[in-house]
Amino acid sequence: MPGAGIPFHPTSVSAEYGDQQPVDFSRFIQYIASGTAYTFGVMLIALPSGLLIGLVLAFAAVYGGKLAGKVLDLVSTVLRGIPPIVLLFILYFVMSGTINLSPFWAGSISLGIISSAYQMEIFRGAILSVSGEQMMASRAIGMSKMQAIRYVVLPQMIRLAIPSWSNEAAIVIKDSSLVYAIGVPEILRRAQLISASTHQPFLAYITAALIYFVLVFVTNRLLGRVERKLTIPVNP
Amino acid sequence: MSKPILTVKQLTKRYGSNTIFEKIDLTVNEGDTIVIIGPSGTGKSTLLRCLNLLTKPDGGQIWLDQQEITVKGTDEDRVRQHIGMVFQNFLLFNHLTALENVKLGLVRVKHMPEKAAEQKAMEELTRVGLADRAGHYPGQLSGGQQQRVGIARALAMDPRVMLFDEPTSALDPELIGEVLEVMRKLALDGMTMVVVTHEMGFAREVADRIVFMERGKIVEEGSPDALFYHPKYERTREFLWKITELYGKKEAQS
Repeated sequence: MPGAGIPFHPTSVSAEYGDQQPVDFSRFIQYIASGTAYTFGVMLIALPSGLLIGLVLAFAAVYGGKLAGKVLDLVSTVLRGIPPIVLLFILYFVMSGTINLSPFWAGSISLGIISSAYQMEIFRGAILSVSGEQMMASRAIGMSKMQAIRYVVLPQMIRLAIPSWSNEAAIVIKDSSLVYAIGVPEILRRAQLISASTHQPFLAYITAALIYFVLVFVTNRLLGRVERKLTIPVNP
Repeated sequence: MSKPILTVKQLTKRYGSNTIFEKIDLTVNEGDTIVIIGPSGTGKSTLLRCLNLLTKPDGGQIWLDQQEITVKGTDEDRVRQHIGMVFQNFLLFNHLTALENVKLGLVRVKHMPEKAAEQKAMEELTRVGLADRAGHYPGQLSGGQQQRVGIARALAMDPRVMLFDEPTSALDPELIGEVLEVMRKLALDGMTMVVVTHEMGFAREVADRIVFMERGKIVEEGSPDALFYHPKYERTREFLWKITELYGKKEAQS
């Protein structure tokens, strides 16, 4: 079993669900769904931290000179070349070994770091496709590089990045399930536990799948709305 | 009238071993309209970009209002505030309306209060005949309108001199006229202008001096009459009449 050797999180099935025979559907589903709070938590930490780090690194990679560009290229290539679950284990053991973080926080931050590499690539592409000429036009009226980035490049690259970013957001939500392996009692972890104790794997995993699907679907819909709202009008 | 605004001495630009232009001397006096012509790839646009330091020259000096701007430690952002530039592809800020495009520099660079900036931006749009398009985004404007917003954006900064880099080359023939008309008016109002263009009608009518560049050098410069009718070099005459013929049709339409 993955995560073997890692101390069990104190979420016992017997305490919350008991030993219902036959299966009590509403309590069964409730038991899994109560992991949504953790999934949400992981997502709400991983996505914004990945966004912030990714955005800063993307600007550093484009405008920070040759050396910064090369170093960040290397970092991003390495991070994107390793399965997220492997990175999660490495980062988790490093973090829990040095600063004694709980699995929830260490897992969320790790996913944020992993996602930042992908987000950096999304933002870098968007910056490169706006920059150049728009930068030149900004400098030509006397704006500094920082002003040009803040008032001209940033607002345009964000718009360009939203579609790819929505994809990445969906990936982060789905990847949040990986923290089950370090013992965070989120949706998948709970599905696994209750499936083992009730021998209802199909019901357990279908419930988990439905919850993930709804989360991804709603998030994409919301981001689609943001995208439409920010669209710059063009004549037909 | 003949106070020099821009003085260029021995200006040189290279990319690697490739010399774009070499040892260019040029004086632009207050109120002058200088038209630079020449075959493509001659370094006209690069020269223009060197004048406002968007591109760094490799040698030579430039003075703006008797102040050398090619010395180390020059505040380039400050220099560019005083030199307006209009681009071939307009390069409007696509996420901002026409009014916001003109206003941005006033608020962020000149630190004008919102209200005053808005009023000034509106005046500039009126000057180029686009007051009724203030709320439109670049994507909702024709090429000619976009270029006029580009001119208004540069004018709003109250520049000492305006640089035009082939301002009508990307326009459909029927849209060229409205842009040239704005430029003609500017010149008449006494704006100091350096214009890279192939519009010979404009050059002949508006230019105080035409500068003919080829292969990174100034071949000849002088009044339109002198260059068209009494050029010192056969090459000047050849080029001038060739592009007049080429672009003549386009201008007749506009």
